[in-house]
Amino acid sequence: MNAIEVNHLSKSYADFEVLRDISFTIGVGESIAIIGSNGAGKSTLLKCLTRITEPSQGSINIFGDPILKFRTGALRRMRSSIGVVFQKHNLVPRLSVLTNVIHGDIGRLHNVSKFPLAGIRNWGQISASNRTRKKAMEALEMVSLSHLALQRADTLSGGQSQRVAIARALMQEPNMILADEPVASLDPVAANEVMSLFYDLCKNKNITLIFTSHNVEHALEYGNKVLAIKNGRLSLFKDSNSIEIKTLQAEYD
Amino acid sequence: MTDGLIDIDKKSELNNLPRRYKKISITRYFIYLALIVMVIWSFQGSQFSFEGLLDSTQYFKRFLGEAFPSIGILGENEHSITWKDTFRYTRELIETFQMAFTGTLLGIIFGFILALLSSKGLLGNSRPMRLVQETVKALILLFRTVPDLVWAIIFVMLVGLGAFAGTLTIMVDTIGFCGRFFAEEMEDVDKSPADALESCGATKLDATFAAVVPAAMPGLITTSLFAFEKAIRGSVILGLVGAGGIGMSLNALFNWMAYDRAMVIIGMIFALIFVVEQVSQYLRRKVTQNEEKRI
Repeated sequence: MNAIEVNHLSKSYADFEVLRDISFTIGVGESIAIIGSNGAGKSTLLKCLTRITEPSQGSINIFGDPILKFRTGALRRMRSSIGVVFQKHNLVPRLSVLTNVIHGDIGRLHNVSKFPLAGIRNWGQISASNRTRKKAMEALEMVSLSHLALQRADTLSGGQSQRVAIARALMQEPNMILADEPVASLDPVAANEVMSLFYDLCKNKNITLIFTSHNVEHALEYGNKVLAIKNGRLSLFKDSNSIEIKTLQAEYD
Repeated sequence: MTDGLIDIDKKSELNNLPRRYKKISITRYFIYLALIVMVIWSFQGSQFSFEGLLDSTQYFKRFLGEAFPSIGILGENEHSITWKDTFRYTRELIETFQMAFTGTLLGIIFGFILALLSSKGLLGNSRPMRLVQETVKALILLFRTVPDLVWAIIFVMLVGLGAFAGTLTIMVDTIGFCGRFFAEEMEDVDKSPADALESCGATKLDATFAAVVPAAMPGLITTSLFAFEKAIRGSVILGLVGAGGIGMSLNALFNWMAYDRAMVIIGMIFALIFVVEQVSQYLRRKVTQNEEKRI
């Protein structure tokens, strides 16, 4: 079984076609870098994979499931198994680091209970179960931030806050993580740190990692394969060992 | 002027001078005209006149004379205030505060619930949900637009004279105020953290309470404090229609033309409102400063 199979995927808004006829397959545990210039359609592609954006045409199978056929409940369940990390980190600013990590576990509560308010215990760290709190501290330990557990999220540095977002994604015990320019807002040193931590965590846990980046060196270093999008079309999909940096730079012309 | 740095006599370029005034369109001209007409028309209708103000000097004198009797008369006057009266007024003042506090608290709770239900896209975007949002929005509008005195008259009719009618009035007024501004604050919050939670399997309700409400909290708190200040000011006047509090005594004293006593009550009201506003202002400043420090 493959982690992702995308067939003839297209997405258009009114008269503008963002993605055109994209097909690719990603194996379980692989790490894929998606590159392409601004507006090429990288983010839209990622959003289609969790149906935050609805594709116009084509099919997407994730771990064998045809997710475009999912209704609300199944969709939410599918999303709870996919971690998403954003360029803007998207932590809740006024809440503690620990609470933000525990938020990653809300989806699981809904998976085990049909009660619509099932998620309520994980709205804050105060009410979360002991097990969840321990798990969250463990997740923070994995990104080496457990000492900041009760600090407010808006007091963190950029690198720290993105590591918290990664911990939140890990909290979901995902089999796949999608990351949209995860280190674009960080300085080069923090960016390298976060990226290699991210890569190692995913490799160790056999999590399929798909990330977009403008940094071609990152793409080659942390992606087993590189997928390039140009004007909404798939223009390159290759093993990163067989790619030269110049080829990738050419994708930005 | 030929030896000046800037030669203003250079004839050829002078027709480039920009216009002093913008040309106004004919519609705009009529709008200005209408505004002027409205000012004149309103002044006429409102019977505002300086002569009226000046002609009433004798009434002014009488009122002031009776409202502030000279110290000598104090004590022998039929209106002189005994300790018993002082206690009664204080009790009524406390009742006013209690009405305002209870009413505001209930109003904040219900206003918050209605704000959640009326905020665009917060708890859902389906067609029935949008219908709920529009309906609740209309309800909040109704609460807000009907003046509190009108609500007071209605509630006095429904539950009888006294503080309960006043409390209900303040509650409804606060629901209208908080319902609107809470909704605005929650709509203005950056939605990306909420979207992030939804994208990892949380429901809209989870995202609202775990991400939107915490982010909007400083705004919600300051709005609540404003609502309380407004309620304290409003609660004083509710007594005029019998809805409890110190306003009832104030009304009675004016009817008996006991202006000196009325002055005492006005002084007490002033003190209450002043204290509440100062405390509330202090708390609001604390909340905002606390936020600035963090970011």
